[in-house]
Amino acid sequence: MEINTMITIRNLEKRFPVGKDEFIALRDINLVFGAGEFAGLIGPSGSGKTTLLNILGSLDVPSSGEAVVLGYSIGNLNAKQAAKLRKEKLGFIFQSYNLLAVHTVFENVEFPLLLLNIPKDERNRMVMDALEWVGLTGKVRSKPPQLSGGECQRVAIARAMVKKPSLVLADEPTANLDAANSHHILKTMETLNRELKTTFIFATHDDKVISYLRRKIFLLDGRVDKDEVISAR
Amino acid sequence: MIKFLIKGLIRDKSRSRLPIIVVTIGVALTVLMHAYITGFMGDTVEMNAKFTNGHVKVMTSAYAENMSQLPNDLALLEAGKHLEELRRRYPDFEWTARIQFGGLVDVPDSIGETRSQGPAIGIGVDLLSANTGEPERLNLKKSLVKGNLPVRPGEILLSDAFATKLQVVPGDRITLIGSTMNGSMAMHNFVVSGTVSFGIELLDRGTLVADVEDVRLALDMPDAAGELLGYSAGGFYDDDHTLAMADDFNASYKDSDDAYAPVMKGLSQQGNMGMYVQMSKVWSAYISLVFVFAMSLVLWNAGLLGGLRRYGEIGIRLAMGEEKGHVYRTMIYESVFIGLAGSLTGTALGLFFAWLIQTYGIDISGMMKGASVMMPTTIRARITPMDFYLGFIPGLISTVTGTMLSGIGIYKRQTAMLFKELEA
Ligand SMILES: Nc1ncnc2c1ncn2[C@@H]1O[C@H](COP(=O)(O)OP(=O)(O)OP(=O)(O)O)[C@@H](O)[C@H]1O
Ligand SMILES: [Mg+2]
Repeated sequence: MEINTMITIRNLEKRFPVGKDEFIALRDINLVFGAGEFAGLIGPSGSGKTTLLNILGSLDVPSSGEAVVLGYSIGNLNAKQAAKLRKEKLGFIFQSYNLLAVHTVFENVEFPLLLLNIPKDERNRMVMDALEWVGLTGKVRSKPPQLSGGECQRVAIARAMVKKPSLVLADEPTANLDAANSHHILKTMETLNRELKTTFIFATHDDKVISYLRRKIFLLDGRVDKDEVISAR
Repeated sequence: MIKFLIKGLIRDKSRSRLPIIVVTIGVALTVLMHAYITGFMGDTVEMNAKFTNGHVKVMTSAYAENMSQLPNDLALLEAGKHLEELRRRYPDFEWTARIQFGGLVDVPDSIGETRSQGPAIGIGVDLLSANTGEPERLNLKKSLVKGNLPVRPGEILLSDAFATKLQVVPGDRITLIGSTMNGSMAMHNFVVSGTVSFGIELLDRGTLVADVEDVRLALDMPDAAGELLGYSAGGFYDDDHTLAMADDFNASYKDSDDAYAPVMKGLSQQGNMGMYVQMSKVWSAYISLVFVFAMSLVLWNAGLLGGLRRYGEIGIRLAMGEEKGHVYRTMIYESVFIGLAGSLTGTALGLFFAWLIQTYGIDISGMMKGASVMMPTTIRARITPMDFYLGFIPGLISTVTGTMLSGIGIYKRQTAMLFKELEA
């Protein structure tokens, strides 16, 4: 196995019980992601994007086959190990930001570092760095309800990035943003991907997002329909 | 991390202030309710204590055995000396002598012939001595219908219904025909100073209230008294304390087989009163239990709702890689804090209001004209030691249990659903 292989997915299948039957949300998935990719799962609604992202994020497990993320086989982790993987290596960005409303921008970004027991001085430095990446150093003391949608999503990006995770999973991160804000955060993520070598995997059907991707994985009815790598951009 | 949680707790009003207020109110109500019920139940007991039983009663052992017959031939002699001893030994009680007696009231016309006649039950109470608390104890002033309270020897009060039946008005003379301590016939004249109505059927049918010295004179009972009554200076009957005192007193006479030796009986050791006291204890416990249970449900629900409301926040924390056990524990710590804070303030608040009602009472005399005694004119709460911890049952235990149960959702929750839930 190559040293910079991030994710290996082999013959993955995901079935959901629906009443007495089973619904097959993902089937026959075989993918490999290397470190530093800026890739997207693209497909219509119901094609299985979120389901696959969930599994890669150790929030769900494959029904059969295997997903190895950073050397951990997702299906074999217990809840504690999965939490540890998320805490140490993964960052999440959600469509609806999901910030903690009563906490300041600073505290929201600080939270993942608290879970990692990072000492205060280092924590402060890391938070301020992350806020600088997303251009929000002026809003340190604001609380999410006082921010615009674009600013909220930038806080969420800072929160996902602050611990410099190996892998960031972003599910429809632009769905609630207008065009200008979408481009802004996409550029931010592109820069972070380039400078920190963080791997990004998106789930999206937004053309704006797609235009930034360097690898496009098209899903259709739970299968990989097409896997395009854009070599130069 | 702890600082982070505390910040969240304090800033999120619906997570701290609101639940604390709910717990505070629930706990305060529980405490107040319990104190109120205890006071209310106690009042019935107190009424009986005031009129007949005392909190304790000292009498000769022979009198005690036939108490219902009011056997004044078995009355305690040297009552003054006994009173003095009681006051010395048990200074936290107020002691007073009473004589209960039966007799016939004869109302003469202008030439001395009987105009009307009727049987009566009388009590001789200390109406005239300097620091007597008896008129207040029996609520005589407020029970007065016509005339005045006796102010000099030889005056007597009649229950108003009885006076009407005998066609007697204040200022009239009546003759009491009874029997002396020695069993011979006694006749004594009184001037009716006023009429009273207690609002108690039993007392209003034919009751006399006279000064105990006059009764002694009338029934030839010098320095004797049927009963020496003791009233706790605190104003409330305390069964355990009173019975302990009775045991202590009776121990000094336990070797005596003299039928005229004094015995002390607590209120609950007299006739049916034991059952009453027992019943009031049971009822107070029973009603409190129902109330505690109801409040528990409310607070438990509040705990549950608090947990549900934080689904989003908890989802985020789980997605960030916080362990379920850690999230669960911090939720419980928070609920312990909320339960404690609410229980403490609620208990303080409940005790404060209970204390107000205990001290000043709620005057309902306007609602009950004619001043009945059995139904007290003021409702008073009563604070007992239990009120200091009772509120913590719904306040702390229910809040924490509610949170624990709602928190089970964290474990049941599929992390797989997190993304979907968080998308909403
Ligand atoms: N827990 C579940 N139980 C049953 N079926 C599910 C469950 N989760 C997802 N599915 C089904 O799996 C399919 C893929 O769902 P998924 O959420 O991955 O779609 P998606 O590509 O993210 O769509 P969208 O663009 O609308 O977000 C859908 O048909 C969905 O109904
Ligand atoms: Mg989706």
